[in-house]
Amino acid sequence: MFPAAFDYRAPATIEEALAALAEAGDEAKVMAGGQSLIPLLKLRFASPSLVLDIGRLPGLRGVETGGGMITIGALTRHADLERNRDLAAICPILADTAPQVSDPLVRNQGTVGGSIAHADPSGDWGSVMIALNAQLVARSSRGERVIAATEFFQGPFTTALAADEILTEIRIPAVARAAGTYLKLERKIGDFATVAVAVQVEMSNGNIGRAGIGLTSVGAKNLHATAAEQALKGAAPTQEAIGEAARMAAAAAEPKDDIRGTAAYKRDIVRVFVQRGLKTAIKRAQEVAG
Amino acid sequence: MKVSLKVNGTEYSDDVEPRVLLVDFIRTNLKLTGTHIGCDTTSCGACTVLLDGEPVKSCTLLAVQVAGREIATVEGLAAGGALDPVQVGFHEEHGLQCGFCTPGMMLVSKALLDRNPDPTEEEIRWAISGNICRCTGYINIVKAVQHAAKARSAATAAPTGAGQAVPAGGQ
Amino acid sequence: MAVETKHHHGGIGESRPRVEDARFIRGQGNYLDDLVLPGMLHMAILRSPHAHARIVSIDTSEASAVPGVVAVVTGELMAQHKLAWMPTMSGDTQAVLATDKVRFQGQEVAAVVASSKYIAEDAVAKIVVEYDVLGAVTSPQQAMSAGAPLIRDDKEGQKDNHVYHWESGDQAATDAAFARAAKVVKLSTFYPRSHPTPLETCGIVADVNGVTGQCNLHMTTQAPHAMRTVFALVAGLPEEKIRVISPDLGGGFGNKVPVYPGYVVATAASLLIGKPVKWIEDRSENIISTGFARDYHMNGELALDENGKILGLRASLLSDQGAFFADAQPSKFKAGLFHIVTGSYDIPAAHVVADGYYTNKAPGGVAFRCSFRVTEASYLIERLVTNAAIELGADQSEFRMRNFIRKDQFPYLSATGWVYDSGDYEGAMDLAKKMLGYDDLRREQAEKRARGEYMGIGVASFTEVVGAGHGADFDILGLRMFDSAELRVHPTGKAILKLGVKSQGQGHETTFAQIVAEELGIPADDIIVKEGDTDNTPYGLGTYASRSTPVAGAATAMVSRKLRDKARKLAAHLLEASEDDLEWERGKFFVKGSPDRFKTIQDIAFAAYTNLPEGMEAGLEGVTYYDPPNMTFPFGTYLVVVDVDKGTGQVKTRRMIAVDDCGVRINPMIVEGQICGGLTEGWGIAFTEQIAFDAEGNCIGSNFMDYLLPTAWETPKFELGATVTPSPHHPLGAKGVGESATVGSPAAYVNAVIDALAPIGITNIDMPVTSDKVWAALRSKGVTE
Repeated sequence: MFPAAFDYRAPATIEEALAALAEAGDEAKVMAGGQSLIPLLKLRFASPSLVLDIGRLPGLRGVETGGGMITIGALTRHADLERNRDLAAICPILADTAPQVSDPLVRNQGTVGGSIAHADPSGDWGSVMIALNAQLVARSSRGERVIAATEFFQGPFTTALAADEILTEIRIPAVARAAGTYLKLERKIGDFATVAVAVQVEMSNGNIGRAGIGLTSVGAKNLHATAAEQALKGAAPTQEAIGEAARMAAAAAEPKDDIRGTAAYKRDIVRVFVQRGLKTAIKRAQEVAG
Repeated sequence: MKVSLKVNGTEYSDDVEPRVLLVDFIRTNLKLTGTHIGCDTTSCGACTVLLDGEPVKSCTLLAVQVAGREIATVEGLAAGGALDPVQVGFHEEHGLQCGFCTPGMMLVSKALLDRNPDPTEEEIRWAISGNICRCTGYINIVKAVQHAAKARSAATAAPTGAGQAVPAGGQ
Repeated sequence: MAVETKHHHGGIGESRPRVEDARFIRGQGNYLDDLVLPGMLHMAILRSPHAHARIVSIDTSEASAVPGVVAVVTGELMAQHKLAWMPTMSGDTQAVLATDKVRFQGQEVAAVVASSKYIAEDAVAKIVVEYDVLGAVTSPQQAMSAGAPLIRDDKEGQKDNHVYHWESGDQAATDAAFARAAKVVKLSTFYPRSHPTPLETCGIVADVNGVTGQCNLHMTTQAPHAMRTVFALVAGLPEEKIRVISPDLGGGFGNKVPVYPGYVVATAASLLIGKPVKWIEDRSENIISTGFARDYHMNGELALDENGKILGLRASLLSDQGAFFADAQPSKFKAGLFHIVTGSYDIPAAHVVADGYYTNKAPGGVAFRCSFRVTEASYLIERLVTNAAIELGADQSEFRMRNFIRKDQFPYLSATGWVYDSGDYEGAMDLAKKMLGYDDLRREQAEKRARGEYMGIGVASFTEVVGAGHGADFDILGLRMFDSAELRVHPTGKAILKLGVKSQGQGHETTFAQIVAEELGIPADDIIVKEGDTDNTPYGLGTYASRSTPVAGAATAMVSRKLRDKARKLAAHLLEASEDDLEWERGKFFVKGSPDRFKTIQDIAFAAYTNLPEGMEAGLEGVTYYDPPNMTFPFGTYLVVVDVDKGTGQVKTRRMIAVDDCGVRINPMIVEGQICGGLTEGWGIAFTEQIAFDAEGNCIGSNFMDYLLPTAWETPKFELGATVTPSPHHPLGAKGVGESATVGSPAAYVNAVIDALAPIGITNIDMPVTSDKVWAALRSKGVTE
């Protein structure tokens, strides 16, 4: 219940943090809010020699819109998004997701960037960023680069970040007539998703221009339902098209039998949720002023 | 390493290993035992404190992580001897039985009312959904928060100063 | 809903606000982990990762070398002091620290005592144990099969995994009933392993003084006196030097009744080291190793005549007892009070057969507000009755009414030998239906069914049995289950009441004072109530199985009446009248016909120390050890409305009506609080809570990430109603209520889901009724979204 001993540093600037990380490499764990790392430390599933606390670095928290983008600082708390009254109009999938992450206390301290970098296959934000076609900004003392969310998640707790990189920003393209939603089946508040589905659609001349579908808890990482997305590209938003895409997304899922249910059950929930999610996303997108 | 923070308005400083959890710092170093430990997986909320006014789980924070910040625990609720409306509400509405979850419940309720002075029942249940109670079934906790909300808005409308008296006796 | 009386004395029937709140709302509670004694050390336990394995070797050298470690204790060391094994509350033996084998995942293997709990955990991680893994037994069915590994090879003469066989009722009469039945309804169902998980875990601060031999055990225990006697017998310590102090408890629910190895090891460590030793388990330890609840495989059958009247009931049970038989229950009843299983129904013949088996899991079974397995019995009968009504095409409520024991049949002798004290089952059912708008909801259900929507109304009409109990029938380890109250009134008219029971949140400091206030007229605010310190309270068997009000409450009333009898004599002396000329009005004696000639109880109390008649002993005090003549039988009807999402299998509890009858309510506010808590635990049991195991005996769900307690968001809103049918034999007419809701509600919730799915032919889903199970049931019948 108590962590093994470790060293701790809380650098005052991002440059200091990056330098410390470059030096320590694999021996260090970066901590933003600590809501994923500290539970692992307490169970002694992680025993780093150095915890690098970036939770108080300035300039990395907040949501900004402009320049065709929604920019979310990596240290933005889940609660910040939950309380952001403008978000439901600007990007409803973000407004739907934030309240469903963990529980209210964890949301006050945990960060969006920390959750994404942690890359738990049951993490919510990963699927959402995949559906939104987001760009993730990684910084190191070597410089800065942008990684597509669809390339970012590589396996359980494994991302495209190099050992010396810190995720600093999430960039979501602001697209007209676009909307989405996040449907999560959890056994109770605070549990990880049994199954969750992120759906984003962009309408174009009455048809679906692009669809983004991300799947939570049904694979070794947040999954990208590319075949389903392809089938929806340019399609008229009919029940048939929606139903077919939902079946394809379910087929793309890789769920396992476990305490939360059988693989067959989870696969069917993907289908039901993608179906429901597409209906909601399309309706919302159609209602968004051009 | 040395850590300094403010707890219930008082500045504290102590030497701790980085691995010491904030809840243990509060209970062992500061000897404030009103904040409780109910689980080992960040699941129950018995350890809830206010960090710069926001309710968080002190079992999932390191003491060193909150250096320089301001913590409020249950011991700080009664200001100058007068009970907080939340404390009065929990007593009046039988919002506690064993009392173990109560400090956390009261703090998260106070934070809710500070942000949303007139919450609906749904908003109350949502706000306390990170705090487990095994005894009450939550119904009277909801009533306690509603009681406090009413008392706070009455006080704002016509402030009289003193909180209600609850006997300081008991064992 | 609170019943107000005209008295504002803090007497019976008043929703007196709680006295104990004052310290809890200020964060000034005194829970076990809050206690710090000078020189106190901290203990952590090493637990087995395997469900069944031989211990080949234990190397503690690295652990002992960790700076700050004072001692490392193994089974071998405990064996040298004859403490490696201890007796259980069921007359079996249990390992304190494993010596030969480990028999469940999480079993205690060794312990470290160190200067801080962090260091103790560091050192535990450095103990190296070599195991030889054996096949694990994870169910009673497997335990009884040929070739199953023998778990208790430590017990001489134990050839298999069978623990006990127990029967109740009349097999011949029951067979005859089934032979002439027009219809037989069968149900095979499982009550899963769950856990009380009070929010505060179990722990001890053992403080043994090597010089004086004084052994102060601060312990999370619901039964401090029994614990003291057990420690005296187990550890060979002189009982007069053992003081058990149970402080404020953060919940109990039966989890804090058994003797746990951690208590014994910490006490031994304190004895050997000469310093206080604190052990407090973490949540994972609590769930994986302490007293679980239920794990009961049940086969039930109802025999019905052509009019839908129940002729007979058969129940055969397989109990998963874990690795040691450690149920905390009355010794004469191996299956607890399961034979209450005929429930609220007039069933002329019944036969119960129960067999318990060892498995490679933690020991226990009787806990979690179960009234000694009444939860299991009530679940079985209410599920059987629901299924019978479905098979007959009858209304759930009407079928029950047809078979209820009628009001004029009380006291009622059941087919398994219980004498039910009083009841009015139709009254509770009628009120519940009225509160729900039952007929309207059945109409709504019919409309929804026609549209392919799944809505259910679940009914459960439980009768349970509490108040253990009459000494000749009820004992734990031979200690008869009386309970006690000691009352002393001071010269200034204030009083102190000491009890043999121990609250874990039930508000005894508030409610027991109300009993004295009612009987003696001393204002409740002038009465202090003490519990939990064995040096300062009379002997009792503790608080669990809803026994405090029926037994200690009765003792409190009786001792108050004893004092009132003496007070009458003193009043006669003070008023210079004869006792027969005096009348009692609460709080004073007055001369008949001259109401201005009176003495208050305060006057009388003062006189007890200052102005006594010749030959009368000073003081106004007494103690009563109450041996109840019978149990009490609280009852009720619960109605639950659910809506099922056919796409996901999720079940939403729309409404929950709970009508309870626990006789006279001492404090209606507290009674309602107990009921709401129990309805919530029942909801968790029905829908989310289970300790599961895989084939290797690995425990899944031994922490709060997988053992799921309902939050305020999932918990439904409850609508409470009450009827009052006093117990004829209880001095106050009160029955006790702490467990009624956990007993009665799981079946109500599950019956609602079955009621929703019955039209498609689903007749059973075992608890917890999780969405994947509902989904599977729907899909098996071709229902999908």
